[in-house]
Amino acid sequence: MSEKPINLKVQKFKFMKSILTVENITMRFGGLKALDNLDLVVNEGEIVALIGPNGAGKTTFFNCVTGIYPPTTGDVLITPPGKPSERINGLKPNEVTERGMARTFQNIRLFGSMSVLENVMIGRHCRLKAGIASAIFRPRSTVDEEKQLIKDSYAVLEKIGLSQYVNELAMNLPYGAQRRLEIARAMATEPFLLLLDEPAAGMNPQETKELDDLIVWIRDNEKISILLIEHDMKLVMSLSDKIFVMDYGKKIAQGTPEQIKTNPVVIKAYLGEDADA
Amino acid sequence: MSFEKIKKGVLAGIWFIFLTFPIMVIRVNTVENIIEWRWMNMLYAGVGGFFMSIIWDELLRKQEKNKNKAVTGEMPFLQRMMENQSVRWPSIIGLVIFVCAFPYIFSMYQTNIMISALIYIMLGLGLNIVIGLAGLLDLGYVAFYAVGAYSYALLNMHFGLNFWFALPIGAALGATFGMLLGYPVLRLKGDYLAIVTLGFGEIIRLVLENWNAFSEGPSGIANIPRPSIPGIDFTLTQATIFIYFLMIVLVIFTIFMVNRLENSRIGRAWIALREDEIACQAMGIDKTKTKLTAFSLGATWAGMAGVVFAAKTTFINPASFTIWESVMILCIVVIGGMGSIPGVIVGAFFLILMPEYLRAFSEYRMLVFGAVLVIMMVFRPGGLIANVRKTYQFKSSEV
Repeated sequence: MSEKPINLKVQKFKFMKSILTVENITMRFGGLKALDNLDLVVNEGEIVALIGPNGAGKTTFFNCVTGIYPPTTGDVLITPPGKPSERINGLKPNEVTERGMARTFQNIRLFGSMSVLENVMIGRHCRLKAGIASAIFRPRSTVDEEKQLIKDSYAVLEKIGLSQYVNELAMNLPYGAQRRLEIARAMATEPFLLLLDEPAAGMNPQETKELDDLIVWIRDNEKISILLIEHDMKLVMSLSDKIFVMDYGKKIAQGTPEQIKTNPVVIKAYLGEDADA
Repeated sequence: MSFEKIKKGVLAGIWFIFLTFPIMVIRVNTVENIIEWRWMNMLYAGVGGFFMSIIWDELLRKQEKNKNKAVTGEMPFLQRMMENQSVRWPSIIGLVIFVCAFPYIFSMYQTNIMISALIYIMLGLGLNIVIGLAGLLDLGYVAFYAVGAYSYALLNMHFGLNFWFALPIGAALGATFGMLLGYPVLRLKGDYLAIVTLGFGEIIRLVLENWNAFSEGPSGIANIPRPSIPGIDFTLTQATIFIYFLMIVLVIFTIFMVNRLENSRIGRAWIALREDEIACQAMGIDKTKTKLTAFSLGATWAGMAGVVFAAKTTFINPASFTIWESVMILCIVVIGGMGSIPGVIVGAFFLILMPEYLRAFSEYRMLVFGAVLVIMMVFRPGGLIANVRKTYQFKSSEV
């Protein structure tokens, strides 16, 4: 990339480089259009929220983007910081994760009978190299890799504030800690974009507040952009730089939290038609 | 003891009388054309049923109590003993001496039984990778055992290949067939996977049974040479002892390898796959690769065990590789304790040696065997030695 003298506008544009671009994505299950021609852009350093009533297709959208379902039509493009853009639709979930997008799940999907540390270690799986031969012969490099892995995994747990649970089994953790562990596990994959599926579901106000801080901290200190699905409007409004609203698989609105709050279409989708309108 | 319990016991007694009446009480004497009524048997069944019900209740109650204790997370007795250095080394040395002296102390018959138990340990450890670690229910595991056995028998028959070359070839063929089975079942889980693998096992057996030109059909292949060392002529006894020690070495080798695999990046991926397939993929684990390595590395041991089996019996035919064998190996893994290496070893000894030593009960042998299995699963659902997997522990000194 050649460095030209740039004016302020371009510089701002350069900072706001898009890292995830979803173009006209459609997902059909038989006759049902779960996603209908959806567009979405996440820029570097942004916290973007995806909201909508239940059944709007938010989780399906996540599944399409992360490769669990291949979208029927449409494109998903990623531009990891410092790397060229790439089309990722059609890739398998593990390949998507390798390229730097990690996700959490709405209904917690931890590896219950593994310890907290091991859960995070699994997250680092795709960043390690050891194969069958090195598993058996265990050369120096593998021993060092494993040692480093334990250190790195612990470091992630410390950042997320779970280090006191390090040797517990994941299934014995309190609910809020399980949610955080999912985030820790996803962060261990070294993503540039984190997709959080209802991270605050079932949390009390105190825990939600902590989560709010954690997400902002991840964005600011780890330089990871965030796309989240959330129902807790207080959290969404305080966190997000940009909000996308979905209903029946379609995007019905997008904008800043202020714009969304007053958008009549959004209010209609959430509260129904006004009786005297 | 409460009245309720006695009532329940009496009902159980009556139920047993009812159940056993036709076979235990009535006997038709065809010589004299009369019916013998053995009323005493009825009494035994009733009293037996009564006491069994009482004991059963008592055991269930005890188990319930222990369950609450287990939550406190105390280590099992055996493991606690092994942690103790003063117990650990003497017991290991004692075990080594016993293992080495075994074929010289006991008869050839005992040694032969022990060899088959060791073969089953190997099979169990292999299947443990597939079922215990990766969580893939494979009911056709015996197919790989057959592949190993036939690869030695056929290679020897046609090319005169000796045992030592056949051993790695059998393992490699086992692994290859593991992959062959793995590919079509990648998308399947649970019950569906079980049915397909069951079918696969039967296909291999039926091919061997019907493709006469290839495998000599049901009549099998005879005169397979025992393993030998060039220049030494073994007598039958010596050959058996040799196979015994060979199996000991192979089992130790298997334990070592399986242990290393389990505590590696691949082993962790297998366990993650068992725990949650979708999350496992989302964490960047290649599902295809992980499943295929599980199938093929599991099958490797069956292939190797097959070669030894062929060499030990010197005769193989498809009847040795029926679904019953698969079930047996599965039982070893489940009863021993899924995912636990010591569990599989104890399970193999238990399941292979018990029917042999139950021969004293003659025709009731299999009945007792079945009863023991049922009781086992009720009272120790986690297996004889439930998996107390050593999780990766973080010690703050490592930072």
